[in-house]
Amino acid sequence: MHVANALHKSGGKGASRVTEPPLIRYLLLAAAFAFLALFLVLPLAAVFVQALEKGWEAYFSALKEPDTLSAIRLTLITAACCVPLNLFFGIVAAWAIAKFTFPGKSLLVTLIDLPFSVSPVVSGLIYVLIFGLQGWLGPWLQEHGIKIIFAVPGIVLATIFVTFPFVARELIPLMQSQGRDEEEAALTLGAGGLQTFFRVTFPNIKWGVLYGVILCNARAMGEFGAVSVVSGHIRGSTNTVPLQVEILYNEYSYAAAFAVASLLALLALVTLAVKTMAEWKIRQGLSSTWER
Amino acid sequence: MSIDIENITKTFGQFSALKDVNLKIPTGELVALLGPSGCGKTTLLRIIAGLETPDSGRILFDGEEATRRNVKDRNVGFVFQHYALFKHMTVFDNIAFGLTVKPKAIRPAKAVIRDKVNDLLKLIQLEHVAKSYPAQLSGGQRQRVALARALAVEPQVLLLDEPFGALDAKVRLELRRWLRRLHDEIHVTSVFVTHDQEEALEVADRIVVMDKGKVEQVGTPTEVYDRPATPFVFDFLGNVNLFQGRVDKGTARMGGLEVSAPEHAGSNDLPAIGYVRSHDIEVERTPFDDSSIAAQVRFIVAVGPLVRVELALTDRQESVEVDLARDVADRLELRVGERVYARPRKMHVFVEDYQI
Repeated sequence: MHVANALHKSGGKGASRVTEPPLIRYLLLAAAFAFLALFLVLPLAAVFVQALEKGWEAYFSALKEPDTLSAIRLTLITAACCVPLNLFFGIVAAWAIAKFTFPGKSLLVTLIDLPFSVSPVVSGLIYVLIFGLQGWLGPWLQEHGIKIIFAVPGIVLATIFVTFPFVARELIPLMQSQGRDEEEAALTLGAGGLQTFFRVTFPNIKWGVLYGVILCNARAMGEFGAVSVVSGHIRGSTNTVPLQVEILYNEYSYAAAFAVASLLALLALVTLAVKTMAEWKIRQGLSSTWER
Repeated sequence: MSIDIENITKTFGQFSALKDVNLKIPTGELVALLGPSGCGKTTLLRIIAGLETPDSGRILFDGEEATRRNVKDRNVGFVFQHYALFKHMTVFDNIAFGLTVKPKAIRPAKAVIRDKVNDLLKLIQLEHVAKSYPAQLSGGQRQRVALARALAVEPQVLLLDEPFGALDAKVRLELRRWLRRLHDEIHVTSVFVTHDQEEALEVADRIVVMDKGKVEQVGTPTEVYDRPATPFVFDFLGNVNLFQGRVDKGTARMGGLEVSAPEHAGSNDLPAIGYVRSHDIEVERTPFDDSSIAAQVRFIVAVGPLVRVELALTDRQESVEVDLARDVADRLELRVGERVYARPRKMHVFVEDYQI
């Protein structure tokens, strides 16, 4: 840690020596902020302005629309299914990858990243191909009266696929950096596997887990492409919030569309706040790991 | 508890970490596994703990087969080089951990645990930091907490993996003496891994010198230091000078030197190497007898209590390093470039098939 500190300090000094003159610094800052304002803050503000264009009453009545309420309910159900499942799979996968060596490990790491590299439309189509009427399992499912595509299970499946990497991706580097010493210490002290996980491993990764969960949740609620393919857009039944926004917008009910969209924007703000806090906590935790 | 290690072999991919290792660790001893990095000492320690599984061979605890026994059922205390304290728990909770994870039926009552932890805190002289977190402690304090945590479950064996390796020189010295005293008090069979020969010589009852996955020698500190079994052991324990020569019927001839080597009485003119420790060479201004060899002072440097002198031998292309006590060096008043005579006091002769 002393070495790291020293490097840090000398790095800091070195940086100040190569610093640009004040004028250039201010210009750069101004450019960055102008860009942010134009492309991020302005649109976000526009969402709320448009949503409240016809006053608070219109805003709330738009949200109370039965189809919208049903979309909100479906989105919450989807997130409630996806987040716990991906939390579980994510922790299990990260645990296996970070703490053990086994054949096929790098393949697993690559597979975890697959949903990030595939277009969401393709993710949706995969499920249509498997479970759809013309798909591999479609006829069998129909015979047994099970509906997956154009129904809630399909939406949940597609969302799970798209949001799978968030928890695992966040935890793998964190767990790798922490090594296995503490777990081994717990084992030699007589702790069982579950005791070790809940009393030693989990407390060390909890902020990383929160970070992964919050990102996973944001994506699960906001996913458009994959869900759009498998949903069938049945009003009041298979529309999630993002799909509802699109429908309202296409029907020229701008105020209603933006009112519903403002929910997603709010979710984004909350996500950002929690994410920033989790990041800060992780950094704190890591720096105490390295301060040896 | 005694530990028997029988024919243990372990490979990691292409790397063979342990090759058919046999070792007996008697009850109550403090044993050092000593060797350079990569010699397999840590792997052996982890196999004893059950953190690693051997490819073949057996581990016996008190004569009972324990090779396949689970880590948590072995009742070993393990101390890690980097302490491995639970950083989200206070010092108190760290030490109490082993007791609080016991199954309900045999878990001591809260008050009993508290008393026990307080006793251990007293033992490691850290009562005042019970409520601190590991990050707030110094390295030496953390290692003492790690030791107390391992002792809390009353292990049958205490295993320490380079316990002082991450500490600075002064703290290391203090802590290893403290460990020695502690062991004299509690007498739990202990094995510690180190690459520091001084540490092993000072602390251990018995030293196991290892190299390249094999045990080179087992013995008390005096035995391994005074009667090294192989050139490797000789070389690893302290500064050493090599003299090339031949040995014939119990007499070794190294350049101008003639040394009796009764252990090689049966050798007929074989190439041999004589090993002399740097403090076993005397430096004189006039030759004592024909066992002295002419040399020239090339370099002098004072290292703490010693003065290290490098001598170039006159009639051969070799140099020797000599450690002289301060007062001896002061009396000689050596200058660089001066002609002197060197006389090995003690030489171990190894016939050359023992190549290092």
